[in-house]
Amino acid sequence: MSINHLTIHEAHDLLKARKLSSLELTRACLERVSHVEPKVHAFVTLTEELALKQAQKADELIAKGNFGPLTGIPALIKDNICTRGIRTTCSSKMLENFIPPYDATVVEKLNACGVVTIGKANMDEFAMGSSTENSALFVTHNPWDLNRVPGGSSGGSAAAVAAGEVIYALGSDTGGSIRQPAGFCSVTGLKPTYGRVSRYGLVAFASSLDQIGPLTQDVTDCALVMNCIAGYDPRDSTSVPSPTPDYTQCLTADLKGLRIGVPKEYFVEGMQAEVETAMRSAIKKLEELGAKIDWQVSLPHTPYALAVYYIIAPSEASANLARYDGVKYGFSYQGAGSMWDAMEKTRQHGFGAEVKRRIMLGTYALSAGYYDAYYLKAQKVRTLIRREFDQAFEKFDVIVTPTSPTVPFRIGEKTDDPLQMYLSDVCTLPINIAGVPAISIPAGFADGLPVGMQIIGKPFGEETILKVAYAYEQATEWHKRKPQMQLKK
Amino acid sequence: MKLSREDVLHIALLARLGLSESEVEKLREQLSNILENFEVLQKVDTTDVPPTAQSIPLQNIMREDEVAPSLPSSDILANAPCREGDFFRVKAVLE
Repeated sequence: MSINHLTIHEAHDLLKARKLSSLELTRACLERVSHVEPKVHAFVTLTEELALKQAQKADELIAKGNFGPLTGIPALIKDNICTRGIRTTCSSKMLENFIPPYDATVVEKLNACGVVTIGKANMDEFAMGSSTENSALFVTHNPWDLNRVPGGSSGGSAAAVAAGEVIYALGSDTGGSIRQPAGFCSVTGLKPTYGRVSRYGLVAFASSLDQIGPLTQDVTDCALVMNCIAGYDPRDSTSVPSPTPDYTQCLTADLKGLRIGVPKEYFVEGMQAEVETAMRSAIKKLEELGAKIDWQVSLPHTPYALAVYYIIAPSEASANLARYDGVKYGFSYQGAGSMWDAMEKTRQHGFGAEVKRRIMLGTYALSAGYYDAYYLKAQKVRTLIRREFDQAFEKFDVIVTPTSPTVPFRIGEKTDDPLQMYLSDVCTLPINIAGVPAISIPAGFADGLPVGMQIIGKPFGEETILKVAYAYEQATEWHKRKPQMQLKK
Repeated sequence: MKLSREDVLHIALLARLGLSESEVEKLREQLSNILENFEVLQKVDTTDVPPTAQSIPLQNIMREDEVAPSLPSSDILANAPCREGDFFRVKAVLE
């Protein structure tokens, strides 16, 4: 195993034993980046100088014995998470030169843990998309097949972890944007319960759905990153003031007596047969590990989640993105005649097609005469979807589904049909609507392409889903497979 | 729901979003198609169902109104596309 595919805990053990320095590890990542990036294109910004400085500082801390599990370990941050003094673009022309004057809370927390920041990750513009093809900067390629998408919107984060460019990454998830790319790239990705991780400094897309979470190479790493980033933050009024557990404590491989529900609505029409086969054998594995499986669970409102999501998320987005007026920061159209003209042209030339589509959709759903029929109706069906999860969790400890109905699709395959693109999030959207936590872990391959399994928990049930994920991971080898890329030296 | 060209222009005005001619037509088609698909929601019985605005049971978080340091204005103005002294410069609001 190369140094580039070390997990956080493996690297930590080597650092602790003085068999490896943070500087060596960081240099190995930077070298890997220089080989891989011309093919993968996961990075918007490479922060080499900062990374080397942070690595040096981490080595000093380690020499003094003053260090934690993340100290000196290189990470990549999705480019919608504000980093003080480092360009934060949201992969949009609108913010191409935006340099935040402050750090997001999660970045402050990582810094306090001694992070080495290697750079900022490409994404769908403003996190709107499922393939990273909506980046206004460039398209990211899936390391498992460079002709395919890495998923989205955290596609840069997932691809970089899979390609061994960084040890772990942060992403954000509004409708599947951590889990779907994690599934497509065969890495582990967790969307925490809404309110578990502070959103302060996350560029807002849909405020009632957005959550930041880790993309890692295994479940233990996921728990370690959660230990650092989770918790109440007075600067985010929707973060929940309850204590954060030590997420590594739940990592035991015993599933005896655990009740798992498999909802039939998630084995949807249009699902690839190979994905279904891989999923069924993954779930059988959970049964072998001692869990009790109910294959006949029904969550009947699931088919409405897509419409609910694509009304609520664009509505919130249309309000959140009203701030991009070309006055305070970001792209500003010069040469307009009046203030209104300047604003309209700034937004016309600063936003890409999908962002415009969602602003239009959301503005329509919130406009006079249509508010009740669309927005309010969607919020009511949201209640029904949430209740269905609540009821299911009275009977089950976790719910297991595929992360995505298909393997990664080809670049360009769905770009002309927005609805087809929206459908690739059909298994992940309901989780954000309900606000519950879910993880995607590697669960096999179909024709050499990754298949992800989604494990959903009750609100603040991260420990239970991590436990199930860990047990499955310990019994399988999928997470250890790494993509073999054809790289010219 | 079939949108007209005028509908699209009206929404674009509400959103202060400039659109080219070809964008207007493309959005008219795409949004009509998307909204038509969303009509499935009308089949769901939501009688007596309250709306959910967000998923956690938190309401009205209060805090003491205490003075705390804020960012220096030079940091805030550093990203201004157009400034004059310590102000953001904009086009004339009234003509």
